[in-house]
Amino acid sequence: MELRAYIIRRLLLLVPVLLGVTLFIFGITMLFTPTQRAMLYVRDVKQLADMPAVIERYGLDRPFVVQYGNWLGQVFQGNLGYSKVVSQPVTDAIFQFLPATVELAIFATPLIILLGVVFGTTAAAHKDKPLDHGTRVVAILGWSLPTFWLGLILLMIFYGFLTGFLPPGRLSVQMDLLVNAAPFIRYTHINTIDAILNLNGAVLLEALRHLVLPVVTLTVVQMAFIMRLMRSSMLESLGKGYVLTARAKGLSERVVIRKHARRNALIPVITVSGYVFAGLANGVVITETIFNFKGIGWWAWQAAINLDIPSVLGFALFNAFLFVLVNLVVDVLYTRVDPRVRLGQAVQ
Amino acid sequence: MKDWRFVVRQLVRNPLSLMGLILIVIFIIIAIFAPLIAPTPEGHQRPYMIPRDGYRAAPEPPDEDHIFGTTQGQYDIFYGVIWGTRSAFQVALLVIGITLLVGLVLGSLAGYFGGIIDEVIMRITDIFLAFPALILAMAIVAAIGPSLRSVMIALTAVWWPSYARLIRGDILALREEDYIEASRGLGASSARVILRHALPNAIYPTLIMASLDIGAVVLAAAALSFLGLGAPEGYADWGQLTSFARNWIVGPPGEPLKHWYAVTIPGLFILFFVLGWNLLGDAFRDIFDPRLARR
Repeated sequence: MELRAYIIRRLLLLVPVLLGVTLFIFGITMLFTPTQRAMLYVRDVKQLADMPAVIERYGLDRPFVVQYGNWLGQVFQGNLGYSKVVSQPVTDAIFQFLPATVELAIFATPLIILLGVVFGTTAAAHKDKPLDHGTRVVAILGWSLPTFWLGLILLMIFYGFLTGFLPPGRLSVQMDLLVNAAPFIRYTHINTIDAILNLNGAVLLEALRHLVLPVVTLTVVQMAFIMRLMRSSMLESLGKGYVLTARAKGLSERVVIRKHARRNALIPVITVSGYVFAGLANGVVITETIFNFKGIGWWAWQAAINLDIPSVLGFALFNAFLFVLVNLVVDVLYTRVDPRVRLGQAVQ
Repeated sequence: MKDWRFVVRQLVRNPLSLMGLILIVIFIIIAIFAPLIAPTPEGHQRPYMIPRDGYRAAPEPPDEDHIFGTTQGQYDIFYGVIWGTRSAFQVALLVIGITLLVGLVLGSLAGYFGGIIDEVIMRITDIFLAFPALILAMAIVAAIGPSLRSVMIALTAVWWPSYARLIRGDILALREEDYIEASRGLGASSARVILRHALPNAIYPTLIMASLDIGAVVLAAAALSFLGLGAPEGYADWGQLTSFARNWIVGPPGEPLKHWYAVTIPGLFILFFVLGWNLLGDAFRDIFDPRLARR
């Protein structure tokens, strides 16, 4: 029961933050004059004549509060405006492009966490030995690497030098036709999962081939953070009394590290999973852009360079919403994992 | 003073942070002496615009005139990366400077006065921190129109909340200290207490954090530029130079790595620059992390 009360309180606390987020996003659009905002949708010079009528009809020259109220009402109904670059409503565009991004995240997230934890543990267990220095260098390198540059280098080698071995995009043209034609059923629009459900090995292989480079790019850059955190958390854990006890009992070093030290060292890693989400969200824009992997990041980039403001702001709003929810889930998880943390304390 | 000597000794002794220091010093030298290293050609009006050698699309390999070759549109890569070092420092110093100022003012107001002021300022930081940083920056740049200035405004907007929070926490921690009480008791104004007593004792961790963020700011700015949201075409900017190479990562049949120089060189500059700051930052974190200190 306590947990439910906590979640409800947290959700209530989210309301002002999310309202602030919408106010901020809306404030950005108000940097434009009513004419400029109406202009975004003009496709033909003849339409210019109707401009005053359009401004009047949508109340674009009304006071800020009134316009914000109207806009917020629309947002609550799921209307985030119209995406010029893909010629469909922003909400539809988000749902159309989301599966591709989810697919990237499905592969990248476990890799980031797993590799980060494993390398971090190893580094701590061999503190100040060559292995520790090696992983440290890898971590710092990884987090200094410009994502976009790493992507280009990988493409140059695995697509250019190895003639088409790991291509950009999501599927080859033929495969793309195949998955969108009759016998193939698109259950989720996540290519790998659909391929498995359709028992189609060729599509699966093709989808995986296109996934390798973007997933590697995301992983290399995001992993470093978890790795460093895991290392310092492990070092702290290794200095604790329970580790000394375990060693004194004569347990093998392997058991001490895996069962006693690492379990406790994982707790801080859980608390930062929110940052992993943020890192992925940021990384996805660049990664999808380089690899022409048409997910929401790619769409947002298209929108940004084509001054499709409603799409960019809708995308930002969507991300803020998800990020805030992820952080809530993380805090709740935290209280489950670490019984020392009582509900409510985790808020701070 | 003694502390500083200890810190410097630690930094120089550790090979990684020493390497970081060396990298940073090299970049500072490049930035200062850019006009000597890559002289602006006679008659070229704006030194930050990369001189072009013709208008052909495909990059040209290194030769005597262009020691790093030219990239798409015949922009000289060497000139671009050297002057790009200056642009990088300019963006980073401006962004860090303004964010620090905003963070210091709002953070100390929140920490010192507490109550409703604190509540309001902290809820505002919550709003900014509710976005993944690069996405918010991208949205701001797209909305106010792509340019280098927009990139700086956007990065300032996403960066200040973390400094404000740091400063607030530190001021909050020393608000009840005796010397603060004492100066208040002596009738000092709030402004005086904050400026003369609270801030000087709270500012250092944030200053160090901020200076080490130079690498991160440059990385973020480069990403925005790469996405086509930053500097105007031809401006000496590492992110943009990298984006020029996007169409040339795969060479003609038989020579897949033909344009390697256009792809690798600008990125290497970004990497080494950011690496320098991160190497130093990592060492600093170890030195200042009391839980791990000298164990």
